[in-house]
Amino acid sequence: MKNEKEILKVEHLVKSYDKGDPILKDFSFMMNKGEVVVIVGPSGCGKSTFLRCMNMLEPIDSGKIIFKGRPINREGKNAHEIRQKIGMVFQSYDLFPHKSILGNILLAPLKVQKRDKKEAEQEAEQLLDRVGLLDKKDAYPRQLSGGQKQRVAIVRALIMHPEILLLDEITAALDPEMVREVLQVVLELAKDGMTMLIVTHEMEFARAVADRVLFLDQGEIIEEGHPADFFAKPETERAKQFLNTFHYEAIDAQA
Amino acid sequence: MDMEFIRNYYPLYVEAAKMTIVIALIGIILSLLIGLLCSMIKKLEIPVLKTIVNIYIELSRNTPLLIQLFFLYFGLPKLGIVLSSETCAIVGLTFLGGSYMAEAFRTGIDSVSDIQLESGLSLGFTRWQTFLHIVMPQAIATSIPVLCANVIFLIKETSVFSAVALADLMFVAKDLIGIYYKTDEALLMLVLSYLVLLLPVSLICTWIERRARYAGFGNTGTVSGN
Repeated sequence: MKNEKEILKVEHLVKSYDKGDPILKDFSFMMNKGEVVVIVGPSGCGKSTFLRCMNMLEPIDSGKIIFKGRPINREGKNAHEIRQKIGMVFQSYDLFPHKSILGNILLAPLKVQKRDKKEAEQEAEQLLDRVGLLDKKDAYPRQLSGGQKQRVAIVRALIMHPEILLLDEITAALDPEMVREVLQVVLELAKDGMTMLIVTHEMEFARAVADRVLFLDQGEIIEEGHPADFFAKPETERAKQFLNTFHYEAIDAQA
Repeated sequence: MDMEFIRNYYPLYVEAAKMTIVIALIGIILSLLIGLLCSMIKKLEIPVLKTIVNIYIELSRNTPLLIQLFFLYFGLPKLGIVLSSETCAIVGLTFLGGSYMAEAFRTGIDSVSDIQLESGLSLGFTRWQTFLHIVMPQAIATSIPVLCANVIFLIKETSVFSAVALADLMFVAKDLIGIYYKTDEALLMLVLSYLVLLLPVSLICTWIERRARYAGFGNTGTVSGN
């Protein structure tokens, strides 16, 4: 392993659905431990697909995904062991409806990691307290709001002690007033040094949380840079156009 | 109505009912196991086994139990396989029930969204563990009304066992009619026997259905937000 800090590396990844046009074309990318990388781009640009490939939820056509110096493969025998180190939170939270909040959080630590019940429960309660939901530990997912469910989903991923967290548009299904409570949790994680790869449509949040921004369009990285530079003066025409779609009122006023 | 006759011969019905219960119970438990296995094979798309399961389900669901029993009891001996009446009854009931149970489980499994499976995988569960801990508990809760209906259906199907010379309720009734010509009394006791068997099962099923729908999922609580 050449670079001790490198956690995730992608080499020439090509991915298509059902033998159609590739949704990711020759995609290469690298990120370090402790880094927060945010991926933005128009719908259908391949950002969610990319995230799903990182967790081996999608088969890939060609290329390599390297996690901590070792190539990973969804057909591999230890795929489930590697996934324990790669946490993922989905847009639709997907808590397990048949389990209580505590049950949702404890299922994987107890069944997958075979941890001690007392110890895991203690950690679950600490994490719930941190996201302000300790009083909901015995409730069921249906009794929670979207924002609360998403915070539980984050805790459910965190308790596995992942080395990297993948967040796939985690606020896209939420009412605006609930977006903040979820993003606040993510901002705190970033402050604590959590390595995260985030797909989002919240540009203000991206600017606040990212160490590096990737702009994706049609399956390719069009622009990459520090958030301050990217959001203030994007270099490419496509990135400019994309960012402008978030300021339609301003454009109207100028015209 | 000859009450004397009823008093004298009801113990025969009790004996036959006991046998029906034992055979139905064994058949239903085996049906559930086979159904569960078949539905998992179908969902996990295991090659070869999946084709075998599909053929079995079509064969079993599209032939009557009576014909299946005839095949087991009168057909197999010609091939050198002789089964007792009891074995035929259990095998026949299981052969029929397995496919119905498989389809019941399958509807439940299909109702669980794929992203639940993905959530499990992304937490580090193997496919098998995800199935066991995440998909199946939700699937079974959804399947319970159909599973219960199948249990009642299978108990009722036991009434054809007399065709393979098993001394079940129907057999006793036919026997008594044949010997004593007490048609009304014999049939009355037959109907009552099945009612006594099935009513409690129906009630238990209703109770389980209600629990599966409301308990455990927190559906009774208030739903706030989105």
